[in-house]
Amino acid sequence: MLVKIKPIFVKEIRQIMRDKLSLGILIFIPVFMLIMFGYALNFDVKHLSIGFYDEDNGKTSRDFINSFIHSEYFDNKYNAESSAELDKLMQEGKIVIGVIIPSVFSKDIIKGKTTSIQVLIDGSNSNTGSTALGYVNAVISNFSKDLLVKEVRKKVNMDMTEIIDYRPRIWYNPELKSVRFLILGLISLILLMSSVISTSLSIVKEKENNTIEQIIVSPIKPYELVIGKIVNYILIAIISTIFIFIAGYFLFGVEIKGNYFLLSLGILIYIGTCLGIGLLISSISETQQSAFMLSSIISLLPAFILSGFVFPIRNMPVAIQLITYIIPTRYFLVILRNIVLKGSGLISFWKDLLTMFFLALLFFGLNIIRLKKNKI
Amino acid sequence: MKENAIEVKNLTKKFGHFLAVDNISFTVEKGEIFGFLGANGAGKSTTIRMLCGLLSSTSGTAKVAGYDINNEVEKIKENIGYMSQKFSLYDDLTVEENIEFFGGIYKLKNKLLQDRKKWALETADLKGKENRLTKDLPGGWKQRLALSCALLHQPKIVFLDEPTGSVDPISRRNFWELINTLSEQHITIFVTTHYLDEAEYCNDIMLIHNGKIIAGGSPNELKTKYLTSPILQVECSDPLAALDILQNEIWVNEVSMFGNKLHLNINNEKKDTEFLKKLLNKNSIDIIKIGKIIPSLEDVFIHLIENNKKGGINAR
Repeated sequence: MLVKIKPIFVKEIRQIMRDKLSLGILIFIPVFMLIMFGYALNFDVKHLSIGFYDEDNGKTSRDFINSFIHSEYFDNKYNAESSAELDKLMQEGKIVIGVIIPSVFSKDIIKGKTTSIQVLIDGSNSNTGSTALGYVNAVISNFSKDLLVKEVRKKVNMDMTEIIDYRPRIWYNPELKSVRFLILGLISLILLMSSVISTSLSIVKEKENNTIEQIIVSPIKPYELVIGKIVNYILIAIISTIFIFIAGYFLFGVEIKGNYFLLSLGILIYIGTCLGIGLLISSISETQQSAFMLSSIISLLPAFILSGFVFPIRNMPVAIQLITYIIPTRYFLVILRNIVLKGSGLISFWKDLLTMFFLALLFFGLNIIRLKKNKI
Repeated sequence: MKENAIEVKNLTKKFGHFLAVDNISFTVEKGEIFGFLGANGAGKSTTIRMLCGLLSSTSGTAKVAGYDINNEVEKIKENIGYMSQKFSLYDDLTVEENIEFFGGIYKLKNKLLQDRKKWALETADLKGKENRLTKDLPGGWKQRLALSCALLHQPKIVFLDEPTGSVDPISRRNFWELINTLSEQHITIFVTTHYLDEAEYCNDIMLIHNGKIIAGGSPNELKTKYLTSPILQVECSDPLAALDILQNEIWVNEVSMFGNKLHLNINNEKKDTEFLKKLLNKNSIDIIKIGKIIPSLEDVFIHLIENNKKGGINAR
C-alpha cells in the first residue's frame, strides 16, 4: 500500500512545490487573513460619540452627564443648544446617541418626584445601536440607584450599603476582545479552505486534464490515489494552522490554555471531516470552476454563517438550527473555544468531538461508496 | 497456430437506450498491429475503454491477455498499456518526473526504474531534455513521451486511442515508425483511428459503424474483398456540378470528392469513360482527366458505409 502511494505523494509534492504561488497562498494567506480580520474586523463597541442637550443645566444634570463621560464607552461630548441641533448632529453622523435633559430634571429629583429624559439612538447600524442602548440603560439605572440610596440614607439616617454588591467578572476573555474569539473562527475557516478546496481542486484537475484515466488503467486503486493526494493537503493544513497559532500568540496574545494533545486530535478529526466533504465535491464536479463554486457554497459559506462563528446559533429559526447540526465547524468551534480559551478538559466537549467524528465517518462512508464504483 | 492477445465475444454496451457497441466479436493475434476504425461516435472509444477496464460492459465477454474483462480487471491492468489522444501527462512536471511517476504507479523500483527511464528517454528521443517541463514540449514530443510512459512496465498489449489525433503529419509518420518497431518486439498494438492512411500500417483492420462491425481483414483483403466494382477517378472543370449529376445516375454506386477530384464506384462496365465524357459535356462540364484507379481504403470505407446505410433503409 505504502509503495503504491509513494509515487503519488512524491508527484503531488513536486506539483505543489513547482507552483510556488499557490503554495504561498495556501500557507501565508491564512496568516495574512488573520492579521486583516484581527485588526479590522472588530465586534467590540466602544468610544461611542454622544451628545447632550441640557435644558436644565443644574448640578444634578451635570452629574448625570458626567456619569456617561466617565465610562469608557462614551466620548466626544457635544453640547447642543437646542433639540434641533442635537437632531442635526445625529443626522450628520457626529453622534450615535443624543440625550435631552428637560428643565425640570433637577427640581423633580430634589422634590423626590419621578422625572424623565429623552434618549435618541441612531439605529441605522442595528448592532452598534442595540449595544449603545444597553450601555445607556446601564448608566442611567446606576445613576438612579445611586440617587435612591442617597435619599434613603438621608431619611433613615443610618449607614446603609447596597443590598447586592454587583461586580461582574468575565472569564476566559476578560476584556471581551472579539479577536480572541475571531482567531478561532479563522482557524476553522482556514483549515476548511485548505482541506475542502485544495483537495477537491486537485482531484478535479486530474479529471479535467484526463490524467485520471491514465491512473485508472494502472494497477493503482482510486482510494490509493486519493490517500496519496490528501496526505499532502493535510500537511499543508497543519503547517498553516501552526502559523496561525504563532501569529495569534505574538500579535493578539491568544494563548492555548488547554491540552495540546486534545487540540491536535480535534484538529485532525476536523480536517478529516473537511477532506470527506472535499472528496464528495470532487466526485460530483467535472471542472475546477464548479468544484470551487460548490466548495464555497456548501462548505465555506455555512461554516461562516451557520457555525456560530458570527451569528449565535440559538438566535436562528429552528429549521436553520437543524441544518447547523451537519456543519462540522459548529462542533470544531466549541472544541477550540474550550481548549484554547478556557483550557477545559474532554468532559466539556466530548459530545462535540464525538459528533464530529461521526460526521467524518459519514462523509468518508459516502466516499467509499462512490470510490467502489470507480468514481472519483 | 498463432495465439490470440484479445478475444472479444458478443460485447455490448448500452448507455440508457443508446446502443454504443452492439454485439461485436473479433480476435486480435499476438504481436500484430490491429486497427480499429470508424467515424467519431461509431463506438471505437467505448470498445477500447471496456477492454481496458475503464468501463464495464452491458453484456458479452472479452479476454485481454488471457484475462476476463468482467472479473479480472486488476490482472488486465498489469498487462496492458493505454494512451489516449489527450496524452494524459502532467503538464507541470518535467519529462523525467512524468516517467518516474508512471513508472512508480506500476511499481517499478530502483535499477529497473532507472533502466526503463533510460529506455523511455531513448524511445521518445528526449535525451538531454529530461528537465524540460512537459507543457513546453511540442505535440509530437508529448505524444512520444506519453507512449513511452504507457510502455514503461513492458505490457504485452498497448491500447492507443486515436494517438495521432492532434499532431502534425511528420510526427504522425515518426510515431507509426515507432509503433512498427514495437510490433517487431512482439507487443500487440490495438489502435483506433479515423485517419485511413494510417490504417494502411495495420496488419489487420476492423471497421465499426453505429456500434456494429461491418468489415474486417488486412488492408489488401478489404480492397479486394469488399470492393469488386471498378473505381474511376475523374478530374473535371466543375466537380461540384458533376457530383450533383452523378449522384442521381443509377449506374453509379457512390460518388465522392477527393480533393478536387471525384471517385466513382460504378456497377455497370458498359458505362465507360466515353459515356461519362458525353454525359458531362452535355452539361457543359469539361473533363480534364479520367481513368481507372486502384481503390484506397477510403474508397472501400465509403462503399461499406454507404452500403450499410442502404441496407439499413431496406431493412426498414
